[in-house]
Parts: sequence; C-alpha cells; structure tokens
Amino acid sequence: MAILGLFIAVVGAACSGGAGGGGGGGGTTTITLGAVDNPQMADLKKLVPDFENAHSNIKVNIVTLPEDQIRQQVTQDVATQSGRFDLFTIGTYEVPLWGKLGWLQDLSSYIAKDSSYAPDDLIPGIKTALTYNNDLYAVPFYGESSMLMYRKDLLSAAGVTMPDHPTWDQVAAAARKVNSATVNGICLRGLPGWGEQLAPLDTVVNTFGGRWFDQNWNAQLTTPQWHDAVTFYVNLLKSAGEPGAGNAGFTECLNAYNSGKVAMWYDATVGASNFTGTAAQNSGYAFAPTKVKDWSGWLWAWTLAMGSASKKKDAAWTFADWATSKDYIKLVGSKLGWAHVPPGTRTSTYGLPEYQQAAGAFAQVTLDSISHADVTHATVDPVPYIGIQYVDITEFQQLGDQVSQEFAKVIAGNETVDQALQKAQSLAQAVGKNYQH
Amino acid sequence: MKTTGRSILRSAVGTGGGREPTAASVARRDTWLRRLPLLPAFVYVVLVTQIPFALTIYYSFFSWNLLKPGSFQFTGLDNYTRLLTDESLRTGVLNTVVLTFSVIAISVVLGLAIASMLNSEVFGKGLMRTLMIAPFLIMPTAGALIWKDTLLNPLFGLLPYLLTPFGLGRVDWVNRFPMATVVAVEVWRWTPFMMLIILAGLQSQNPELLEAAHVDGANALQAFRRITLPLVRPFIELGALLGSLFVVQTFDSIYMLTYGGPGEDTTNLPFLLYLVAFQGFSIGQASAIGVVAVILTTIVATFALRTLFSIFHVEARR
Repeated sequence: MAILGLFIAVVGAACSGGAGGGGGGGGTTTITLGAVDNPQMADLKKLVPDFENAHSNIKVNIVTLPEDQIRQQVTQDVATQSGRFDLFTIGTYEVPLWGKLGWLQDLSSYIAKDSSYAPDDLIPGIKTALTYNNDLYAVPFYGESSMLMYRKDLLSAAGVTMPDHPTWDQVAAAARKVNSATVNGICLRGLPGWGEQLAPLDTVVNTFGGRWFDQNWNAQLTTPQWHDAVTFYVNLLKSAGEPGAGNAGFTECLNAYNSGKVAMWYDATVGASNFTGTAAQNSGYAFAPTKVKDWSGWLWAWTLAMGSASKKKDAAWTFADWATSKDYIKLVGSKLGWAHVPPGTRTSTYGLPEYQQAAGAFAQVTLDSISHADVTHATVDPVPYIGIQYVDITEFQQLGDQVSQEFAKVIAGNETVDQALQKAQSLAQAVGKNYQH
Repeated sequence: MKTTGRSILRSAVGTGGGREPTAASVARRDTWLRRLPLLPAFVYVVLVTQIPFALTIYYSFFSWNLLKPGSFQFTGLDNYTRLLTDESLRTGVLNTVVLTFSVIAISVVLGLAIASMLNSEVFGKGLMRTLMIAPFLIMPTAGALIWKDTLLNPLFGLLPYLLTPFGLGRVDWVNRFPMATVVAVEVWRWTPFMMLIILAGLQSQNPELLEAAHVDGANALQAFRRITLPLVRPFIELGALLGSLFVVQTFDSIYMLTYGGPGEDTTNLPFLLYLVAFQGFSIGQASAIGVVAVILTTIVATFALRTLFSIFHVEARR
C-alpha cells in the first residue's frame, strides 16, 4: 500500500497541471512561495504583513517545509510545469541547472526595472553562482560559506593557537591534542547525504587536489588525492571526532559545540550565529582549512526564484524584490533584531554598524569566505562542471547520496576507504557516461 | 445454482425476443439492482487502486526522468531489463527478504511465548496485555525516533548509558549494526500483533483437552507440542503471513533510523523505490520497481489469503 501510495503522489503531481495556483479575485493577486524551513524564512513569514500593507493588491502565501521535502515538492512542481508555486527557495545547486532547462524565469529584465535594487551590491561569489548565460536566474535571500569555529579557552588550555588560515594538518594536530575523555577534538558531519556529510568532505577533497571528474567526464574517485582526503577525514573523526559521527549533521554538531562537548567545528558560517553561553563568548573563527588549494570554503545560498510557468510573474517579482532588497535587511534589523539579519547576500550588510556589532567576530570571516568562494574554480585540476561542495549536474543528488552512504559505512567501520571509493567510482563512472559524447 | 443456469440458457435462446419482459431479463435486472448499492464502493476502489496501478505499469515502459525534459520516451522493457542487472535492486530484494524473514520469525517466537504467558493465570493479566499491545499502537515514525534518539543515541541514549559498566558506553548501534537495529525495532512493533493473534487461538482451546492429556500422563511440554501447537498453528501461519505483508513494505522506521544506510545495508524495496523516485526523479525506473514490488507482494498475499480461508474452513467444520 505504501508503494501504491507513493505512486498516487507522483501521478497526482504529474496530472495536476494547471490545477494549482488559484488566483485571488477582485484586483488582489495571491502568490504562493514554497520555502525551506529555516530561521531566516520564519523571520520572512513574520514580516509578510509589512509587505502586504505596502502592496495592498498582493497577498503572499508561504508554504514552509523541511529541506528534503521542499526540494522534492518544488522539483515535481517545476518539472511538470504545474505552476503551484509562483516563487520558491532553491539553492545554488539548482539555479544554473534549472536555468539551463528553461524552468526558471530570467530575472535580469525585472532587476533592471528597479533602479534601487543594486545588483552589484550582491556578494560576487554568490552572484556568480546564481548566474546562467550572464543573467541572474534567482536572487539570494541567504548565503553561507564554511569556516572553522573553535573554543579559544579549550585550545589555549591545551597550548594550541589557531592561525587565521590554518592547514588541515594543523587542525588535525590541534584536534588530537585537545581531545580528551570529556571533550572531543572536532565535530565533522558524518550524516549521509550530499548536502550533509559530503559538503565538508568535498571541500577537503578539493583542497587535497581531488576532483569528481576529469575534463572528459571520467570519474576520478580512485585517485590518490581522494584516497588521502577520505582517509584523512575518517581518521580525524575516529581519533578526535564526536562519537556517533554517522548520525551527526549540522544540528548535532551545533548542539555538541554549544554544550562544550567538542572544541572545534568545521561547518557553515551561519553556525556561529547560533552559539549560546560559553560557546558564544569564547569562540574564535578561522577560514576553511587548506592543504594544496587556498580558499577551500564552500558556497551555498538559498535564493528566491520564479518558475517560468508562473502566471503571476509581476506580483511574484514585487515580493522577491522586496525580500532581497537592502531595505529588507534594515527592516529585519530594526524589527526583529540585528542578529536576525539574513547573512551572506549583500556587501552593504557588512557595512552597517549595527550589524557589525551584532555579528561581531565572524562577520568579516563570513564575508571574505563567500567573496573568495568560486563555484567555477573550486578544484586544483580543471573540471568540466561547476560547484564546490557538489557537482552541478542533475544526477548528483542521487550520486552524492549514494557515495556519502558508502563513506558512512567507512565511518561506522564496516568498510575500508578503498572499497568505498571503488564503489563510488563505478557509480560516478555511470553518471559520467551520460556526459561523454 | 440450477435456476441461474437455466435462466442463462433461456436468455441465450430468447435474445431475439420482443419487448415483452422475459423471466431472464427480469432476473438479470434483479441481480443488477441487487449489485447497485455496491457500485459506488466498487467505482471508488477501482479509481483509487487500479487507475494508479495501470498508470504505474504504463510509466514503467517509458524512460522518464523529471529532471530531464524530453526524456519521456517509450523504451519497452528497458526499465525491467535494467532491473535484472541492477545491483541495487538485488540488494534491495535481499534486504527485504532478510528483514521480513527475521522480523516475522523472531516476533512469532516472542509472540507465542508472551501469548502463552498471558493465557495462563498470572497476576495483573489485563494490565500486562494492554502494556504488551502498546508498541503496536505507537506511530511507526514516532517509535523509530524514540528508538534512535532516546534509546540508542551514543551520546545521551539510555541503552549506551546502561551498558557503560560493560564498556559499551559509546557504541553507535544504529550505524554499526544497522540491519539488526531495524530488525529490533520492527520486532518490537510486530510482536504485539503476533501475540494478539496467537492469544486468540490459545483462548479458543478447550481446557478439558489439556486436562485429559494431563490425566493421560503428558507433561506440560508434551501437551504444548502435541496439542496446543497444532491447534494454534493456523493462527501462527495467519499472523506470519499478514505480518509479512506489512513488513515487506517497511518504510517509516528505515527512513527515520538509517535512511537506508550506511551504504545500502538497510535499503529494502520500498526505500529503494523512494530513493529512485524522489532522489533520482526517475519515474520510469521507479515505476518498474513498483510493479515488481507489487508482484512480489501479491504472491505473499495470495498465500496469506489462502491460509485465512483455510482457518474459516476449519471453523466452519466445527
């Protein structure tokens, strides 16, 4: 029954073309935004009345869902061109892909109409990631890179000082030195999933000199660089990482760091804005650790994009414009507090004195990390794809999930690195074949 | 029976007949009138089960990936031939068999033991029975979350805490022993079900039979093996087959506990289908897996129904 149920869902989505939407009558337009459930979106939801007061002819209906579910729903909606969502939040992974498929509305003409939008104010790394064929296909609502967060007190007690631009070898040595029976050295994601474990691990692979595919789309996962990177990651987890690493994602690591159970944490720059107590007072921030390649931080943004099938594009743009404008940043700051400001989208945000005061030590690291993250040059050797902690091809969601499952097996101790990489190689090779002509 | 046969014969003969209502057409109208109230239910069942299934079969002949516009092309049996060589499917089938078999076997044994205990005169029987059923009433998703987070979590779970004196304090059970964990959670869920069905069988047993056996010098074990077990055997079969119908489709607890991993260690057929359909968005391929899964489940269901009817036959004979 569950099997059939799944299919009713699929079939239902496929057959409901044109049935979605449902416009408002009497001059008002209702737009539907499919949004990922994160704190910044919750804030947006709170501020929607402000928008509706200023635009009495537009009503905004926001549907929030957890990341994996919103991704499924939006993908189904957009792929079948059913137009259920007028706007949706998608990541840097989807924007160029979907732009190429013709699923997204090119926003450049809309942006040009608003003289106060200032697209050049968008942080360069983010802007590049949302561009396809020199046009912006989405506008950023929230942006992040990755950095190393560490407890200054715990590290200095162990006699370790952390440089601003550490190498992975320095981080590993520090983690092992700090590691004790009560405090683990470092928290790294082990939870399977291309957006979970594979995100930090991919940045390690990049800086170790590895790549997913060579210029001819031959999978490269059995190269020594991959072997060294994965071995390094797993060994660091085993010798100085958190217990139960196979279940640790962003949230688990945040909790471990906040409760003082780990001394360091390499993860999204947004992590630091969630610190409380001792963790908030005693934390230091360093750029993403490196090996061969400099600036190895990842890049991710949640963006607002418009489906090419939307029938209410003008109203949808009016809202997207408002929600990603400079004024919205100030509105969040004054109404909900400056710590709530969605980070990583506009350079001007980091020039606001109130924000600098609230974001403190990690604001500059965040801005610099995002500015230097380049989705088009993430690896040492040239690659035929874009993306830092992902490969920007449609097959990657599944490939990344499967490969990270193999690594989870290694972390659990049920498989060797070489066995996992061998399997990952054959999975990646099958995907690469689709691009070889 | 005979009248129906005759009426069919007569209607066949009298087809050319005039407008005058023959006995046959009256009989036919009567049968249709009698069926009429069932029609809405029939239409509803066809709408919600058969149309999606027919569409699933239809889609399984196409190479359709949602992420690739223009991929909707007829490819015949391509999806099925690919399944034959697909290692993931073999792993999925194997995992489904291992999971179903071990869950059913263990929960039948436990269910039989608990049912025998509850069938005898023990103190607090009513309360115990209620408590025993509880796992079956907890939503699968909630149950799996409780297991994963409050019981098995290596940092703050109850089990690692209790096992600390034995040096097993920080064992990551879910990832080290993924299949065993899923089996344990499912056994916890399905034991009450088995227990209830077997208990019903035990309570239909005439206590005089056991007394007679006792008088004849049979000990408790012999009486159980020679008299009780043959009596509850059809109930065990029914429980096992009905149970396997549901366990074959286990999804919730795998989604919550292991997400099919690590690797593909706990990816069963339904979960594989989910991954192909909603991570890969390969609707054609997923439909083919769905069709195969339905065929496999139907085979199990056929056996289940046959057992169910054999029980009714036994009941009727009494």
